[in-house]
Order: sequence, then structure tokens, then C-alpha cells
Amino acid sequence: MSFRLSYRADPGNPWFSWQYVRDNSDTILAAVREHASLTGRAVLIAVLIALPLSVLAYWFRPLAGPILAVSGVVYTIPSLALFAFIAPYLGTGATTVLVGLVLYALLLIVRNVVAGLNQVPPEVREAAEGMGYGRWRRLFRIDLPLALPGIVTGVRLATVSTVALVTVGVLVGHGGLGQLIFAGFQNNLYKAEIMTAALLCVALAVVLDLLLILVARLVTPWSTRRAR
Amino acid sequence: MTVAANPIGQAITWINDPLNWTNPGGMLDRLGEHLTISALAVALGCLVAWPLGLWLGHLGRGGGLVVLISNATLAIPTLALLTILPVVFASGFGKTPVVVALAVFAVPPLLANAYTGVRQVDPEARDAARGMGLSSAQLLRRVELPLAVPYLAAGFRTAAVQVIATAALASFVNGGGLGQIIRTGFGIGIAAGGGQIVAGGVLVAGLALLAEVVLGGVERLVTPKPLRRGRQRLGRPRPADATGSA
Repeated sequence: MSFRLSYRADPGNPWFSWQYVRDNSDTILAAVREHASLTGRAVLIAVLIALPLSVLAYWFRPLAGPILAVSGVVYTIPSLALFAFIAPYLGTGATTVLVGLVLYALLLIVRNVVAGLNQVPPEVREAAEGMGYGRWRRLFRIDLPLALPGIVTGVRLATVSTVALVTVGVLVGHGGLGQLIFAGFQNNLYKAEIMTAALLCVALAVVLDLLLILVARLVTPWSTRRAR
Repeated sequence: MTVAANPIGQAITWINDPLNWTNPGGMLDRLGEHLTISALAVALGCLVAWPLGLWLGHLGRGGGLVVLISNATLAIPTLALLTILPVVFASGFGKTPVVVALAVFAVPPLLANAYTGVRQVDPEARDAARGMGLSSAQLLRRVELPLAVPYLAAGFRTAAVQVIATAALASFVNGGGLGQIIRTGFGIGIAAGGGQIVAGGVLVAGLALLAEVVLGGVERLVTPKPLRRGRQRLGRPRPADATGSA
């Protein structure tokens, strides 16, 4: 995708300008769409990988250490370096950004889901066993529902940090709103463009976070009832 | 979509060329820049965050503020801050805006750990010190501060590793550092510069992991033995930890 810029006679280079937003609404919307879709896909894929991994770490305790250690090392690798490792193999497409984002989101989700699963009270687990629940039935009827708060925390953290991280995708030309920030920097510090994109980034993170809180309320009605 | 033929082989060739080390803008230059920027940023972050965190912890107030600051910086894209600050300073593209931007990302882990470090001090130790007639300032300096040292070290490690990671992004705003090697590689194109891209990635990642290991050792050294076991990753409270990605 390419981002067009249109300038008006504006000697002030203001921090924010509706003129800019109006004139470039198509470009801005396209960037927001790319940003949101990259975030959504990355978090979704990360959840699909992280849940089985966490269950493995929960069922087979010796695996927990290595799983957390490996994802911890990946998490320590700076984003720019991670993209640099992936890009020569996958090229400069959106896939490169997506793979990097998934790797980062993994650790946040796995760590929180494992913590959530470990918080399931042993009495509850034993009671379920006594009632004749098998391993799988216990997982879906007891363990995972009770671990939902941990799962939600992990997904929320992963989502917010992924929104911020997408901007680094500028490196391979798929940075969503980061594309606008960088273009603004290169266009003699076009403040309105940088600010608009940065504010939209933060707004996107807040909106997605609120959405996840809402979803969490809906799937765990008991937690709000108890809070009251 | 272009893909490099043999990136790892190319990377080894690139790293083995002595000119790539000693040229102006070579690896040694970039490494020096990277370390200078990072050290200044972490120092600035400590200067701001430690006194504030210790003081808030001493007063036992402002826990909400600490969490708020940590969460707010989590949502701000690094790239945005790096591009906005040169505008604020209006000083062009020197090191100062980059250092300040990086320091902003160092503050949350430093602040959160300083605060937690003072708060976790045994209330009985605090009472005993008061009973011995220590003033409020003496209490902070002689009792709370020494007991908070392991937490300060943990915060320092998290902050330093994060700043080193984030400093790689300074290359986007022409701030130099090891990230520049990666950017130059992308400038050449993936087919020809693939080796340089991977080599730059290895350097950046290696430096971050090295800092993590070394500072982890320092953290262990300054933690009194009885406290080492049983402390389950307390050094990394959630909000600070979550900001770890650059």
C-alpha cells in the first residue's frame, strides 16, 4: 500500500490539524485498518498457539520450565532484531511482521495462562476427580473456566503491546499507523501527521482493551456478581 | 517478494570482513553509539525514577500513580515518542531527544520496583527503627533503602535491557546505534543485504541478552542470600514487565 500526502499552505506546522485529517482520510483509514487487522490476526494466532502450550506446561510440569524459558528468551530479543532475523527468509511482506508479533504475544499469554491454571484450587481439582471427571472434561469444565481471569489478563497485555509493536513493522513497509509516523518524520517533521497517527495508535489500544474487558465480563458473569 | 539466498552464510561473511568492524559507521562505531545512548538514557531514568519511587514508597502513597504511569507507557508506540521528541526539543536530530525518549521507557520498571522495594519492607523493621528514634529521613536512608536494594537492582536490569532493545529503533530517526546496521542492510535490499541484516540482528539481540545475563548476575550479587530463594520473580512486577517489548 502507498500513502499519499497532500499539503496545504500552512506555515505553522501545527500539532494537530483537521485539514490534514480531512484531506488524508483515505490514507489514515487504510493505515488504521492495516494496524487493526495485523493486531487482531497476531493476537488470535498467538492465543491459538499459547493455549495448547500452556495446557502442556500445566499437565506436564517438567515442560513448564523450558516453555517459559524459551518464550522468555524470544521476548528479550529486541523487536528490530527479530524482524531482521525473519525478513531475509519471509521477504518484506506483512507475513514477516505477523510472525514477529505472534512470537512476542506468545510469552505474555503463556505466562498468564499458566499462572491462571496454577491458581485453580487443589480442592476443586480433587473434587472434580472424585466426581469421575477425566483429564479432558476437567480441563474444559473446571480448569479453563477457572483460569479465565489469567487468560483475559494475558490477552489484554498482549493486545495492548502488539498495537504499540506493529509500528516497528515500518522496517519492512507494513507498520500500519507507524507508516504514517515515519512518513511524517521524513516529511520535514510534519507534526500533524505524526500526532494523528500516534493518537490513533493509543486510541486503538484503549478501544481494543475496553472491548476485551467487555468480553471478559460477558464470559465470566460470576466475577462481577461477586465483586458487588 | 524477495528472499535472500543464504542469509546465515552471508551474515558470517559480512561479520568476518574486518572493514565492517573498523570502518567509520562500522560495527565498533555503532556499538559505541549504542552503549553511550543506552547508558545516558538509563542514568537519566534512574535520576528521575528512583528518588520519586523511593519517596512515594516511603510515604506509602501514589501506588495508583505508579501503575498508571506503567500502563500508559505500555500503550505509547516507541516510534511515536522517538519521532515526536526531536520536534519538542527543536534541537534537530542530536542525541538528546533520543536519550530522553529512551529514558521515558526506562522510568516505569525503575519507578515500580523502587516503590515496591520500599513498600515490601517488613512493617516491624520500620516500627523498630522508629522506636529507636530514627527520623523519617533516617528511616528511609538507613532501613528502607538498604532493604530495597534487590528490587532496585531488578528494576535496573529490566530497564537497562529494555533501553538497549529500544535503542535499536533510534536508527529510524537517524540516532545511530546498532540498529543502523540493520537499516542499512534493508536499504541495500534483502537479496544483497540479507547477510548484513541478519548480522545486525545478531549484534542487537546478543547485546540485549548479554545485558540480561550480566545484570541478572549483579541482581543476584546484591540480593542477600536468605532472600534469593522463594522470591518468585518478584523483581519483575507485571506492569513493568509488560513494557519489555520495544
